[in-house]
Amino acid sequence: MNAHTALAQTDSPPLCQTTLAVPGMRCSACIARIESGLTAIDGIAAARVNLSAKRVAISHDRKLDDLDLTEALQRLGFEAQAVEGLPMRGSLQDRELLKALAVAGFGMMNIMLLSVGVWSGADGATREAFHWLSALIALPVIAYAGRPFFLSALKAVRRGTSNMDVPISIGVLLATGLSLHETLVGGEHAYFDGATMLLFFLLAGRALDAEMRNRTRAGVGALLGRMGRNASVLHADGSTERMAADTLLPGMVMLVAAGEALAADGKIEEGTSAIDNSMLTGESTAEQVGIGEQVHAGAINMLAPLRVRITAAAHDTALAEIARLMEEAGQSRSRYVRIADRASRFYAPAVHTLAALAFAGWMIAGAGWHESLVIAIAVLIITCPCAMGLAVPAAQVVASGALMKRGLLVKDGSALERLAEVDVAVFDKTGTLTLGEPQAELDTVPLRALPIALALAQASRHPLSRSIANALVAKGIAPARLDGVREVAGDGVFATQASEAVALRRPQTDAAQMAVELVIGDECWPVRFDDRLRSDAGKAIDRLHAMGIDSRILSGDRNAPLAKVADELGLESLGNVSPQEKLAQLEQLTAAGTRPLMVGDGLNDGPALAAAHASIAPGTASDASQQAADAVFIGERLMPVADAVTVARRTMRVVRQNFGFAIAYNMLAIPFALAGAVTPLIAAIAMSLSSLVVIGNSLRLAGAAK
Amino acid sequence: MNALFVLIPIALGLGAAGLAAFFWSMRDGQYDDMDGAAVRILIEDDNED
Repeated sequence: MNAHTALAQTDSPPLCQTTLAVPGMRCSACIARIESGLTAIDGIAAARVNLSAKRVAISHDRKLDDLDLTEALQRLGFEAQAVEGLPMRGSLQDRELLKALAVAGFGMMNIMLLSVGVWSGADGATREAFHWLSALIALPVIAYAGRPFFLSALKAVRRGTSNMDVPISIGVLLATGLSLHETLVGGEHAYFDGATMLLFFLLAGRALDAEMRNRTRAGVGALLGRMGRNASVLHADGSTERMAADTLLPGMVMLVAAGEALAADGKIEEGTSAIDNSMLTGESTAEQVGIGEQVHAGAINMLAPLRVRITAAAHDTALAEIARLMEEAGQSRSRYVRIADRASRFYAPAVHTLAALAFAGWMIAGAGWHESLVIAIAVLIITCPCAMGLAVPAAQVVASGALMKRGLLVKDGSALERLAEVDVAVFDKTGTLTLGEPQAELDTVPLRALPIALALAQASRHPLSRSIANALVAKGIAPARLDGVREVAGDGVFATQASEAVALRRPQTDAAQMAVELVIGDECWPVRFDDRLRSDAGKAIDRLHAMGIDSRILSGDRNAPLAKVADELGLESLGNVSPQEKLAQLEQLTAAGTRPLMVGDGLNDGPALAAAHASIAPGTASDASQQAADAVFIGERLMPVADAVTVARRTMRVVRQNFGFAIAYNMLAIPFALAGAVTPLIAAIAMSLSSLVVIGNSLRLAGAAK
Repeated sequence: MNALFVLIPIALGLGAAGLAAFFWSMRDGQYDDMDGAAVRILIEDDNED
């Protein structure tokens, strides 16, 4: 807890709090390195890592700004982004849910304790005292723990619709009212235990649902968070001024330091550098840029300072445009009605009619107001969708846990439901079907030159160099000893070995191709790079096909490299597609009555990912795509995509079975209730039994992804 | 029967204490970083203070 000690100083200048997202931290060593590394810096009082949220909260001196802090983390070896408005804790709503669950659990257990006494034969004054005590516990507990249901039901009723919460609220409120009446008149049966148990089970379902949503939200940042938030603007008189991104105007000239994110779109006027466009394209290869070339907001300048004349700023940047498209495309998804709510559309009217009929029937049979009402309410209590509230979330949580072990993170329950329904798959090429990382082809280089190539490659952090170094280390090559190694930005790495000049440099001739040249003295070998297919891409597509899902490729890439991949996989393909066209294609598929699954990684796939019936992005995708997708898969293999559909379908099968159990239980219990034979004991046993059956059935999914 | 007047308040008191402990631990932030709490135990603290 040494991180907290610095806070104790009282006479220090006022501190401020900054929260940074650090996606790269994974283990205890990362925590230790970040916390001790940051607190060692002058001006930082304390740093506290939250590993689940992948964030670090820093309390520091006002003289340090976001940029200083990100640089400090960069020096510690972590990429960080300042993100505004990110709370360190879980959302308030989920905390309320947990609190309600705890209160319901407390109430349920204590009331059950008293109920057991009543069932075992307590009567007279003891039974009355127990009922009073139960009422005393139950009323505040139901008022507190039932709020999530009551509020949601009220909202639905006001809108003139119905959801699962309407029958739940009516059931709970009527049961409580009836029990209170029975307690007042000293009656035999009180259902306080049933009402609180119902709330407890249903809240458990809600909490499971919320937990699933939280698990994946952690790693995903905000879309526009990485766009530079301010820029140094160079005025005509030579002075510079720091301006916020939304006050920038086209025509201004901004100075972009190395390591800074661009705050607007523009054309380079001075300087050459490499920019990291992974935010926009998801591709890790740094792009070489020079004078006259177009650069986009959100890209990070990696090597040398640039002078950029702004062509589009604030809401007109390419990034903002895509964000807008994504938002519009995502609206169709929010209209999707989840299976539990679809079920309740039939369920609620059915049980309410049944209760009304029971009341009418007993009145006609001459049972009197009180008895008829008691029986009608017993029907409502016994049919209250306790198992139904658990039927969906229990199965989905178990399934998503199984998928997570296989490297696929599903964002929420609705995603699993939609994944189970897809019947067409659309793939992006680069980074999705392929690995998206350049693989060096070193067959043309003679063996004696390889140690030199490795030594040169290891001297640079350029992605192509790293690819060469990785390939050579994997081959078991040891680096040669070189003298005077220096890296020239945008040109290559140069050195001497035994008075012979050696270099790994950008090709002198064809700069468009992804290639480098290895030079030793007068000799020169080209090294080309290839983006390989994921090793099991073919198998994964075959499995999808076997499930009745046909695949196709939709890529922004040129037609020639696309045709090669399409032929290898035997798929239909369409190349040179803009983000808008991708979106249009997806909408066309939807209009034709199919339910497309979109798998893509770049920001250009973002709108299509948001518009598809369901979508999956690889873990290497741009932030925006990961956010738009329903699920994210990690690792080199494509099989998790097929696994996801298989497991989603199995989950829906289990959900339907669970509904079947819940309905079968109702079928058995309703006749008893209609006959007026249901006592609180029978209700309690039936309720917990049906919940256990549903949970047990859901647990079968634990091995579903194997 | 008389024993109940003692036992029931005790049972309720224990339950309420558990509930209060849960509320306290939640407000204290003990559930905010479950993954972090699990791995923090492995950090070697070499500066003794």
